[in-house]
Amino acid sequence: MTDTIANNLHFEAHAHDHHDAGHVPGFFTRWFLSTNHKDIGTLYLIFAIVAGIIGGTISGLMRTELMYPGIQHLQHWAHTANMDEARHFWNVLVTAHGLIMVFFMVMPAMIGGFGNWFVPLMIGAPDMAFPRMNNISFWLLVPAFLLLLGSTQFSGGTGNGAGTGWTLYAPLSTSGSPGPAVDMVIFSLHLAGASSILGAINFITTIFNMRAPGMTLHKMPLFVWSILVTVFLLLLALPVLAGAITMLLTDRNFNTHFFDAQGGGDPLLFQHLFWFFGHPEVYIMILPGFGMISQVIATFSRKPVFGYLGMAYAMVAIGVIGFVVWAHHMFTVGLDVNTKMYFTAATMVIAVPTGIKIFSWIATMWGGSLSFETPMLWALGFIFMFTVGGVTGVVLANAGVDTIFQDTYYVVAHFHYVLSLGAVFSLFAGFYYWFPKMSGRMYNETLGQIHFWLFFIGVNVLFFPMHFLGMNGMQRRVPDYADAFAGWNKVASIGFFIVAASMAFFFVNLVWSLFAGRKAPDNPWGEGATTLEWTLSSPPPFHQFSTLPRID
Amino acid sequence: MKTFDKLFLLAASLFLAPVAALAQQAAPAIPAAQSAPAANAAQGTAAGPANAIGAGAQAAPATPAAQSPFPAAKPVPGIGQPDGRAHLQPQFTPIGIEAAWFHDWILTPVVFAISALVLVLLLAAVVLFRRGRHPVPSRTTHNTTLEIVWTLLPVLILVAIAVPSIRLLAHQYDPPKADLTVKVTGNQWYWTYSYPDNGGFEVVSNMLSDDQAKKSGEPRLLGVDERMVVPSGAVVKLIVTSSDVIHSFGVPAFWVKMDAVPGRLNETWFQVKRTGVYYGQCYELCGARHGFMPIAVEVVTPAQFAAWVASKGGNMPGAAKPTGPDSTAGSPVSNPQSVPVTTAPGGGTSATPAPNVSPGTAAPPATNQSQAQSSRGI
Repeated sequence: MTDTIANNLHFEAHAHDHHDAGHVPGFFTRWFLSTNHKDIGTLYLIFAIVAGIIGGTISGLMRTELMYPGIQHLQHWAHTANMDEARHFWNVLVTAHGLIMVFFMVMPAMIGGFGNWFVPLMIGAPDMAFPRMNNISFWLLVPAFLLLLGSTQFSGGTGNGAGTGWTLYAPLSTSGSPGPAVDMVIFSLHLAGASSILGAINFITTIFNMRAPGMTLHKMPLFVWSILVTVFLLLLALPVLAGAITMLLTDRNFNTHFFDAQGGGDPLLFQHLFWFFGHPEVYIMILPGFGMISQVIATFSRKPVFGYLGMAYAMVAIGVIGFVVWAHHMFTVGLDVNTKMYFTAATMVIAVPTGIKIFSWIATMWGGSLSFETPMLWALGFIFMFTVGGVTGVVLANAGVDTIFQDTYYVVAHFHYVLSLGAVFSLFAGFYYWFPKMSGRMYNETLGQIHFWLFFIGVNVLFFPMHFLGMNGMQRRVPDYADAFAGWNKVASIGFFIVAASMAFFFVNLVWSLFAGRKAPDNPWGEGATTLEWTLSSPPPFHQFSTLPRID
Repeated sequence: MKTFDKLFLLAASLFLAPVAALAQQAAPAIPAAQSAPAANAAQGTAAGPANAIGAGAQAAPATPAAQSPFPAAKPVPGIGQPDGRAHLQPQFTPIGIEAAWFHDWILTPVVFAISALVLVLLLAAVVLFRRGRHPVPSRTTHNTTLEIVWTLLPVLILVAIAVPSIRLLAHQYDPPKADLTVKVTGNQWYWTYSYPDNGGFEVVSNMLSDDQAKKSGEPRLLGVDERMVVPSGAVVKLIVTSSDVIHSFGVPAFWVKMDAVPGRLNETWFQVKRTGVYYGQCYELCGARHGFMPIAVEVVTPAQFAAWVASKGGNMPGAAKPTGPDSTAGSPVSNPQSVPVTTAPGGGTSATPAPNVSPGTAAPPATNQSQAQSSRGI
């Protein structure tokens, strides 16, 4: 589909380059009052990397504590002699890790970062539809993140910080957590949610109204499709979260009883509202990844995506079904049998469009002419590891089996396989794939490949043993465990240190390439890279497409 | 913070005190907890009366540990507790055996088969179509037959999985007539077990400290001072609720996990023939000591169970009315703790397969109470 675009489109980007480059504003105006989708995308990516470093450091703290049975470090880290405050600090780490990785790393990187950068480029638009709104979308995230980080310094009940888990279940988050910490987390999510909703409106408007002449919906690159589906999920799901946490806030501060059984409320209402948002949220985190993987696979197979329409509508189907499966997160709360049967069946249905995507990626490669640059390695790793995470999802979908797996490390293993090995792999695939376009310089291939292989080995050593821990009964969110779990926990912690080592290669590569990398050509990936961004210079001009490209 | 200090002291005293001293320890602590400012009432009152009841119930028998009519079962490695294997714990209930079979012989093979299929296809593509070997890419982008096959095949696999899955669910929700009802209450951070069929006495179960566990040969973080005791072979109905935040009562060897939600009475069940001790944990994040409120269920012979009940001041169904204290004494009406779910074995609610004894939240307990009273008196 999209490969027809580029050939006749090597149009006068360079001419405009000189014309527009003159209008680059000064430093403060450019980076703090930005209305340029590429600059805002860059800001989002920097933000996501910073948040990722913080969230990843928290995982490091957790894996260090869990490496051996007993509590070795928590009291030291929490600066307290009180064991309960130390244990509360553990819950703060768990909560912060989850919220940071979901709201401040994956989402900003995928939607804010790559979405902002490449949706306008791929549809042949000069910018986003609402450039100023784009700016406030980003800048709302900063105070949101500061509120979340700041909450760790205020009382959250037993100790400082919010120790509710990222799910914020009432009544632990209401009567169970007095003090300002949880209120700060709620405000943080309000801001992050508002940021995402504004972003979603912007993307929907951009994609529906600003496509270049001739680019019908069915000619859009799959990455744009994935962002389109994602932002619709955001638009429909986030207001529900906003409502739920506002109700938490009034329960906490204004004597309402939405989630308090003693006043006629129901703690499970919160869980229903939360997961009505929360389940689409997991697809929000993976769908843009699907899009990026499709671009990367097609590029390095030098072959158009197999079954383009099936791929696009599989994502639409995943988005739609994603809204009607939420209670599979609640199989042990005391649902009745018919409800459980429905949610079991509905959840398993999602495996069908997901399977279509997996097989279509393989079919895209089949008959292609494959080369294995770093982005392609990440994409191949993604396909296999996401499959593994997907099939354990099918296991968990069975309510009768979930009885034993609910809230164990099996669930932790499952969602890290789809997120840490799925979403994050796709982020790295996208990052290496578009790094030359964004920075104008090539990354170092050797360092990139070392990064991939170390990371690949590390995350598998880290997360695969968690299946075993979960099957054997280890519960989530505990700083200490029965001695029988010691062996696999030690293996998992070793896996973390391998991952940490691999990230050193990433950062060295990043810094070295930004300053000393080889100059990138307009299209470093050859004939497989057919989307519009490769017709522009690397990096693209400050304003592109002042003459709209025409797609046949 | 004052409330919390008091709560901490209270909990710590429960946590550390030998069982014999529990009654004396907890009794003076009650006024302290109740005098806590009303602002944090939800927590203060929830924890306070719960302990009061526990202390009251245990006041009758002087020293349960000394009086225990049978030696506590020694834990057996690999049975009823984790042992580090890369697999499920051995199962001891009919549901657990069926579910483990479904997991081991249907789900696991499917999981491995699909993962292997994808891996083989990926590797084949990598080997066959690498650039050096296959320089000119094909332009094939559609194959309707193939696309229909890989849509329908997963559907068939899922249907094949769904049949035993739905059957398992149906079995979980179709318990045999209950022989014994135990009301399980989650508290921050310990469990209480009350036996409405046996006079409503209550057992407070706290985790043993590492030293105590070592001394008594219990696994660390799993051993408790007072186990939940049930007779072997009996169908045990659990009514699970909470006095403060959400907890989750889970025993892996029984394939049992049920959230303890304040204001709700969730129902689940198990039936174990083998005598011995089985460990479980709290499976829902419930605050600082979430990982430190284990569960130990001891399955004993029916005769031992009767003796144990007697040692707790309770009585067996059919015997005279208990003289022990009523479990409702002294707790506020609004507290879910106070709802006596005294369905006699085979009484009204056990015929309902739905786990929610109360589908609503606050009001239904009243209905339940009347229901329970009407069905009481076997």
